[in-house]
Amino acid sequence: MEKNIDWKKYLIVFFITAALFFTAIYLSNYFGGKKIAELQSIQDNIAIDILSSETQYSLLSELSCKNISNSILSGQLEELGQKLEWSENNLGDTEEVTYIKSYYSLLEIKDYLLAKRISERCGVKSAFILYFYTTAESCELCQEEGLVLTALREEYPELRVYSFDYNTDLSAVKAMLQIYKIKDTELPALVIDGDLLTGFRGFEELSSLVEKSFKLQGVEDTKTKK
Amino acid sequence: MTQIGDIIFNICIFASVYIQVFLLVTFLENKHKFVIRKEGLQLATYPLVTIIIPCWNEEETVARTVASVLGLNYPQNKIKLVIVDDGSTDNTWNEILKFKDRENIKVLCKENGGKYTALNLGLRHVDTEFVGCLDADSVAHPEALVRLMSYFERDPLLMSVAPSVLTIRTKNMVQKAQRPEYYLAAFVKKMLGFLGAVHVVPGPLTIFKKEVFDKLGPYRRGHNTEDLEITYRMQKNNFKIEQCHDAYVYTNTPSTLKKLYKQRIRWIYGSINNLIDYRGLLFKRRHGNFSFFTLPSIIVAILSVSYLFGMIVYNAGDYLYSKFMQIKITGIYFSASPHFFDPFFLNMKAVFFLMLLFYFFNLFSMIVGRKMVEGKWYLSVDMLYFFALFGVFTPVWFIKAIFDTVVSRNPSWR
Repeated sequence: MEKNIDWKKYLIVFFITAALFFTAIYLSNYFGGKKIAELQSIQDNIAIDILSSETQYSLLSELSCKNISNSILSGQLEELGQKLEWSENNLGDTEEVTYIKSYYSLLEIKDYLLAKRISERCGVKSAFILYFYTTAESCELCQEEGLVLTALREEYPELRVYSFDYNTDLSAVKAMLQIYKIKDTELPALVIDGDLLTGFRGFEELSSLVEKSFKLQGVEDTKTKK
Repeated sequence: MTQIGDIIFNICIFASVYIQVFLLVTFLENKHKFVIRKEGLQLATYPLVTIIIPCWNEEETVARTVASVLGLNYPQNKIKLVIVDDGSTDNTWNEILKFKDRENIKVLCKENGGKYTALNLGLRHVDTEFVGCLDADSVAHPEALVRLMSYFERDPLLMSVAPSVLTIRTKNMVQKAQRPEYYLAAFVKKMLGFLGAVHVVPGPLTIFKKEVFDKLGPYRRGHNTEDLEITYRMQKNNFKIEQCHDAYVYTNTPSTLKKLYKQRIRWIYGSINNLIDYRGLLFKRRHGNFSFFTLPSIIVAILSVSYLFGMIVYNAGDYLYSKFMQIKITGIYFSASPHFFDPFFLNMKAVFFLMLLFYFFNLFSMIVGRKMVEGKWYLSVDMLYFFALFGVFTPVWFIKAIFDTVVSRNPSWR
């Protein structure tokens, strides 16, 4: 006795499943778009913050440094950096993410220049590291250096680390690469107080350099133990 | 490499959702058929039925099992009972001997040879038109047999009817986690029954026409899952099997993770190896939905769970490696990561929604499963235990069973 097969049912179920599948893809894209919008919103906030800080700095430079502190600098750069990194890994290397990443690099440079000016003029306790890495090829040392810098930032709240993807298609980033003579074969690369360090650098080495940077500003024993 | 992995995973998840939707559509097609009949059902005729109870070290439960058969709502002069002790090393035989003087009970003892040998010895003493097996750790509901037999009265072509197997005495978390799984299984088996594609007629009180064994031969070892093997053999011969949702048999469930592990390895090993033995049934039109739905579903389950296991191991390894590197490079420090508080970091890929859907279907099947068999809606904390326990351990059981298959190691019973 042969058994019957309802092929129509198999086909209908296939279409229902496909519809569910496409709905899931639509929802994924929808929430992905929301995340991009959130990134853009943070980016806009930072742009306003920096513009505001620059304006504030220009106004105050006519007077004194007593009202200037680190608080006038944008606090959202790190958040945007983390969210961008997550988006690159999870949303893919989309056009929007790449664009925001380029803009983020530009904001980093502006923030760096402004923070440096404030630090120099008013003696605000700070140290700066410019960090160049690559995502174009698997760079294990870059990942390890990233871990060191994260730990370093936890150790020294006054330390500002600016990360730049070597492959970012932005003239300002390219200018920095030229200024510090950074080659893609020497990544990861770090710039501290104008000095270029290439290859992996451990926590202890960077820690002493950060301490030295603080001392150059005349700030003693700045280490904040957790 | 990641892209290939993504494609495989998407195919697996598409197939898994397809299976769930197929069952759901089958449910919607048949939803008017889930009537739970009142107690005291009567048949036009009461055919003779022999029930074989194979026992191995069941001293604590066998008396209760026999008592449940003696308490069935079925004329006692129409029931014959054959109790077979399969070389127990405890007091089971003495427990069985307490029933030896009853007119309709035959007690047999043999050297240990496995459940299927005990069943086959029992089968040699069957001279009735119908025969059933009842595991000695299970208890039949008083209405179970009459409800099962009503299916034969309705359909002369029917060769076997399986009951709904439910859990008894769920005391600890391991047992409570299995309770919703039995409702889920009741739902799936009933749907497969509608499709003519039942994959297993379980040990607890499935009733056969004696003709099945006369035509197909006795039970086989079947990789320690003789019930699966006989079902596959019946499907191969296009014998009609149904699932009776309102015939209940209550069974003891493993009380520890170790016991559950052994049981599941045996079940999954049996599924894989019987599938290999009967691979010729795959995608054969004459075997109907069993060939195009049930068997492919088992393959999808094996592939999906194996892939899931690989993914879990890879991700766990990757995480541990990154933590190890972090500690090696920077020492131990605690970072106030925003990831735990910011919904931005919730990964909402399409797979996330499909997994949600998959879990929703499972939840729905459990709820409907209980409504179908017991007439009660079901929402319980046991479901959380189920998802936690089975979510973590199912991939491990599958991988162990696959490994045993590869190295040809037959898992033990207990």
